[in-house]
Amino acid sequence: MAEREQKRRTAPSRTETEVVEETSPSSPRGEKLKADLDDLLDEIDEVLEDNAEEFVRNYVQKGGQ
Amino acid sequence: MAIPKVCGIETEYGIHAAGPDANPVTASSILVNAYAAEVDRRTGWDFEDESPDKDARGYAREGAMPPMVETHLANTVLTNGARYYVDHAHPEYSTPECVDALELVCHDKAGEEVLRRSMLAAASLPTAPVVVAYKNNSDGKGNSYGCHENYLMDRSVPFGNVVAGVIPHFVTRQIFTGAGKVGCETMAFGSEPPHFQISQRAEFFEEMVGLETTLKRPIVNTRDEPHADPKRFRRLHVIVGDANLAEVATFLKVGTTALVLAMIEDEMLPAKELALSDPVRAMHQVSADLGLGRPLRTADGSTMTALEMQWEIFAAAQGYAKERGLEVVGGEQVGEMVLDRWEAVLQGLESDPESLASQLDWVAKRRLVEGYRERHGCAWDDERLAALDLQYHDLRPERSLFARLAMERLVDEVAVREAVTEPPRRTRAWFRGRCLARWPDSVVTANWDSLVFDLGTDPLRRVPMMDPLKGTAEHTDALLEECGNPTELLDRLSS
Repeated sequence: MAEREQKRRTAPSRTETEVVEETSPSSPRGEKLKADLDDLLDEIDEVLEDNAEEFVRNYVQKGGQ
Repeated sequence: MAIPKVCGIETEYGIHAAGPDANPVTASSILVNAYAAEVDRRTGWDFEDESPDKDARGYAREGAMPPMVETHLANTVLTNGARYYVDHAHPEYSTPECVDALELVCHDKAGEEVLRRSMLAAASLPTAPVVVAYKNNSDGKGNSYGCHENYLMDRSVPFGNVVAGVIPHFVTRQIFTGAGKVGCETMAFGSEPPHFQISQRAEFFEEMVGLETTLKRPIVNTRDEPHADPKRFRRLHVIVGDANLAEVATFLKVGTTALVLAMIEDEMLPAKELALSDPVRAMHQVSADLGLGRPLRTADGSTMTALEMQWEIFAAAQGYAKERGLEVVGGEQVGEMVLDRWEAVLQGLESDPESLASQLDWVAKRRLVEGYRERHGCAWDDERLAALDLQYHDLRPERSLFARLAMERLVDEVAVREAVTEPPRRTRAWFRGRCLARWPDSVVTANWDSLVFDLGTDPLRRVPMMDPLKGTAEHTDALLEECGNPTELLDRLSS
């Protein structure tokens, strides 16, 4: 329990330096995330319904909680 | 004293049927009936104990519109202890009762699998239209449908304490439970409509406390229908949540809420310090605050951001764990997992929300939408963005955008597939599911707190299950094993 208490409640200023570095676009992990997103965006038009306007218009849900 | 947080999730799925005469009620019935036929489920739902108009405050407000129970629509009970039926104009899947957040994630995912199998079963019917299910909460045109959570609570805790304690959490937990939404569809934001919101559901809330679920939705729903011994138990019916696809989001939604409720029961939540001056407004503000820095006015005249409030609630939960342990939220192991993940996610939101893109729905969806916008130079009102939003929630594997995002998993696929047919072992769902699996022709109806058997002789026999923690595998396996038929079972139970 004591261990967790030490690491909790970090001020925004402290974690910012730590984590931002890790995931900024220039870091390896950030690059990977960006590449994955690019791949998905490359193929997304094949997955999206053909006529976006009609598809969205036809999606009507009446009677819900 | 805090009692075990037996929990469940009921999801109303969005539905779309192709064709000019497509009717959502028919389409929903097609899904439920196609699945029931495929798994050969004949047991219906028993409405005897349903009373959704009972108010936890002990009265009904004048002009309040209690929900109606519809008895004529497709309705079935599955061998995993779940209920699968048509509610209003949606297929609804209510998970069986689970003992902790992780087990519930597994059963919530099993629900998605049931819907997928239903779509396949419906597609093989010769005349049925193509029916597609979406796990989301709104159609983008002002119509919302729910993903409700249920938690077992001690009846002796005054309902006022529950209300005061849960509101700060329900308003601020959105920052990790939100499913994300392009645009807005109510007047909640006046002349400043956001382009993107953290929550699908938040803008539909207009009251603090009330009985309704479809109109003037309240942050705290007062439906008092315990589905258990009403002298000992309360079932808190939570209607503020978004339907999550991300397992981490569902896990935290349930895990943190179970902890908050345990703290309320043990009077260890600093509810007074967290009280908001205008919770409904704050609910909307948090949903539109993508920068997570907006101060919310508290009742004592100061301000706090949603993130700061979550840190306070987290700190209280940590203190609670230290002093009382985590048995009531399912044990030390899963309880610690909730605390660790809660802390890590708050840290991530504080420093770099993008780092949570594989854990939280709203972050994942926002990233996708922003990426698409950047690439195609779309304006925010471009229909392709609305289509992308909708398709994030599409349950068809070949169309689901969520499925392509490599989101982090907390439960493995084998366990999810098992949960499609197997009930949780540590609640009464076990007895319900096992009896249905073994004697499908003798169990004529079932509901949360009883089973009705037809033994071929008059009258029908009802087996009450008024305690959600009885009827577990441990309690009933030997008995079920020893009984060769339901008549023996009923004789043993009544002797």
